[in-house]
Amino acid sequence: MPLDASFIGRTYPPSEPYSVGRERIREFADAIGADDAAFRDPRAAAELGYPDVIAPPTFSILISNEVGQVIIQDPELGMDYSRVVHGDQRFAYSRPVIAGDRLVSVITVEEISSRAGHDFITTRTDITTDAGEPVVQVWCKLVVRGEG
Amino acid sequence: MSVALEAGAQLPAQTYRVTRVDLVKYAGAAGDFNPIHWSDRQATKVGLPGVIAHGMYTMALGARALTAWTGDPASILEYGVRFTRPVPVPDDDLGAEVVVSGSVRSVAGGRAQVDLTVTCNGEKVLAAARATVRVPVPAG
Repeated sequence: MPLDASFIGRTYPPSEPYSVGRERIREFADAIGADDAAFRDPRAAAELGYPDVIAPPTFSILISNEVGQVIIQDPELGMDYSRVVHGDQRFAYSRPVIAGDRLVSVITVEEISSRAGHDFITTRTDITTDAGEPVVQVWCKLVVRGEG
Repeated sequence: MSVALEAGAQLPAQTYRVTRVDLVKYAGAAGDFNPIHWSDRQATKVGLPGVIAHGMYTMALGARALTAWTGDPASILEYGVRFTRPVPVPDDDLGAEVVVSGSVRSVAGGRAQVDLTVTCNGEKVLAAARATVRVPVPAG
């Protein structure tokens, strides 16, 4: 059954704030082998003009994936996650994520389409500080593969 | 440390070895526990040749190569990719090799458009891999 196109334009309520910690950033930087000092050492980040360690560019996928669960698990939309493949991913940064940030996410369904038996859904997650400062926008296109 | 971000500038090929333990570490760090990234049994069940790398891990390697080249960990303003082929990671000491290279397509208004090429076994695993990076203002 194709995804319900009436979900296009739907915006979900803002997430609870996500608290960004130095250790989580360091763990992520270690996992991708990114050795910049600014991901680990507050003094190195300060030299670049940031108040604390900064996160590697794709770190915000942790946050957008977490808030994306609201769509994946929305019983009204009924997405079969066992058939989902990651199609496209895009980030647009206002500034890096910084340790100490409390980030609020608002997720919107931008597009739903069907082609060759597969469904496509594109979401945009607007991530800001809890004071409303824009940090990063995250677009994710998922492909729900057709049966058979 | 920085490079001259001019049209035509080339990001020299960077080769990254990816083994199973890297995928396990990434799964933990990113909170992505999809079994196709750690279980051959689950991966083959859904038609894959075996365990594959997280697409986001491959995407992260692209950003790592790019920021190592620009010399500024916060230089990326926009970054997007399409996942076109999986990166199979065999259960041995060699794992897979992911190769990232790139070139600057254009520079305008303090922003450089960079096209990235990301391959595994000689085949592109990402399409439309593009980034916009900040071009440093020359000092003095």
